[in-house]
Amino acid sequence: MSMPEVTSLAVAVCMAAAAGLIGCFALMRRMTLAADAMSHVALPGIGIALMLRLNPLAGALLMLLVGALLIWGIQRRTRIATETVIGVVFSVALAVGSTLASGEELIDALLGSPGTLAGWEALAGVAAAALVALFVLRMRNALVVTLVSPDIALTSGVAVARLDLYFLLAFALTIALGLRYLGVLLMGSLIIIPPAVARRFARNLDGMFAWSVAVAVLATVVGSVTASLAGRQSGPFIVISAGALFGLSLLRRRE
Amino acid sequence: MTEPVLQVGNLGVRLGAQEVLRHLDFSLARGQSLAVIGPNGSGKTVLLRALIGALPHTGSIRWAAGTRLGYLPQKLDLERDLPVSGADLLHARAALAGVGRADIAAAVAAIGLDEAALVRPVGTLAGGQFQRLLIAGALLSRPNVLLLDEPAAGIDAPGQERLNELIHRLQLEDGMTTVMVSHDLSVVYRYADQVLCLGRERTCFGPARTALTPELLQDIYGAPIALHVHDGSAHEHA
Repeated sequence: MSMPEVTSLAVAVCMAAAAGLIGCFALMRRMTLAADAMSHVALPGIGIALMLRLNPLAGALLMLLVGALLIWGIQRRTRIATETVIGVVFSVALAVGSTLASGEELIDALLGSPGTLAGWEALAGVAAAALVALFVLRMRNALVVTLVSPDIALTSGVAVARLDLYFLLAFALTIALGLRYLGVLLMGSLIIIPPAVARRFARNLDGMFAWSVAVAVLATVVGSVTASLAGRQSGPFIVISAGALFGLSLLRRRE
Repeated sequence: MTEPVLQVGNLGVRLGAQEVLRHLDFSLARGQSLAVIGPNGSGKTVLLRALIGALPHTGSIRWAAGTRLGYLPQKLDLERDLPVSGADLLHARAALAGVGRADIAAAVAAIGLDEAALVRPVGTLAGGQFQRLLIAGALLSRPNVLLLDEPAAGIDAPGQERLNELIHRLQLEDGMTTVMVSHDLSVVYRYADQVLCLGRERTCFGPARTALTPELLQDIYGAPIALHVHDGSAHEHA
C-alpha cells in the first residue's frame, strides 16, 4: 500500500471507532431506522455542492446537521409519528439528491469511493472522529440514565432535550465522516451492525463499547483493503464484512 | 406544623386535548408520607411527572428551598439484552450526583442489594430487585423527597412487603418525605400520613385514617370497596 492509502485507511479506522461508539447508543435508543434514513439526506447536499463546485463533503455535512435539527424538532412535537416522518422526508431527500448528481459522481456518493485524502481532509476526519468519541465517553452517564428513564435523568439534573440534540448532531457528524468510505446508502449500516453484534456478547456498557468498536474497525479494514485490491467502491465491501461478522455472531447462543 | 415542603395550588395539566388534572390543591409537611390513589387513568402518574417538572402545567407547584427529588417511575419495560448492568447504572447515577464509589457501596448496603443485581443486565433483574436498584440509585443524589409511582407493581407478595418496609424505614430513619402512587389500599392505610384521591368527578385530600371512608372510596372508584381494619392494619375487599 502507498502512503496516501495508509493515511486514508488510518482515517477510516478512526471513523469506524467513532461509528462503533455512537452506534451503541443509537441501537439502544432504537434509532436504527433513523440511522439508515438520515444518511440519505446527505445526497442533496452533495449534489448541490457539486453543482456549486464546492467540497461535496461540506455540502453533505451541512445537510446532515439540518437533518439532525429536523429530527429533533419532530421528536419534540410528536412521539408516535417520528419514524414515519423520517422515512418519508429522507426517502424524498434521496430522490431529490439523485436528480442533482449523475453518473460516476452519483455512484461514488451512493456507495463510497476508494482513493486518497488531502492532508487537511485527513486531519479534519481524525479531529471529527475524536470529537464524536469524546462526546460518547464523556456523556455516557447522562446517556445511560436517559436511556433507562428520561424522567429519572431529569431529576438527576440532566437537560434531556439538549442531550438529545447533541446526540443527533454527533450522530450526523459520524455519518458525514463515513460518507467518503461507505456512501449515503451504506453509512447507516456501519453505525447499526457493529453494536448489533456487540449486543449479542456484551453484558455491560464497557463490553458493548469494546465489541462494537472492534467489529466496526475490523469490518472497515477488511472491506477497505479488499475494495482497494479489487479497484471497486469501498462501501459494499465494508458492509459485507460487517454483515459476515453479524452472521458469525448468530452462531453464539445466548444464555 | 412545620413549613410545608410542597405546596400545590390550582394545578392543572393537559395532555393534548384532554384535561387530566384540574383545580388541584394540597400541601405536604416535611417528613410526611403522601399516598396518591385513584382509578386507572385518573392522572396519578401525570401528577407525579408534573411534580418533577417533566410536564407543562398551569397553577403552581412550589417545593421548599433545598429540596432534592428522587424519583421512581412506573414499571419500566427494558429489553432483556440491554447491555447495561446494575453497576453501570449506579456508576452513571453516582457520576451525575457527583459522588464516589464509597457512596455507591453505602447505598447498596442500605438497600440490601445483592451482588448479582450489580453484575447482571438491568433488563434481566426481577421486579423487586430492579426497584431496589432504582431506589439505591435515587439515594445517591441524597434526596429529601422521594416520589414513587407504584413501586410494588408486578412484584410478588414477600417482595412487596420488603419494599414497603424499606420505604417506610427511609421515611422514619432519614426523615424522608415520600409521595407514593399506590393501588394497595391496605398499604396506604398502614403507611401513609396523608392521602390524595383523584377521582373522575372529584378529588379529596386529608389524613389517611379519616379520609378513607367506604362512601368516598365508592365515589372515587365507582364500585363498592370495603376496608376492614384490625389491629392497626387493614384488608380490603372489592
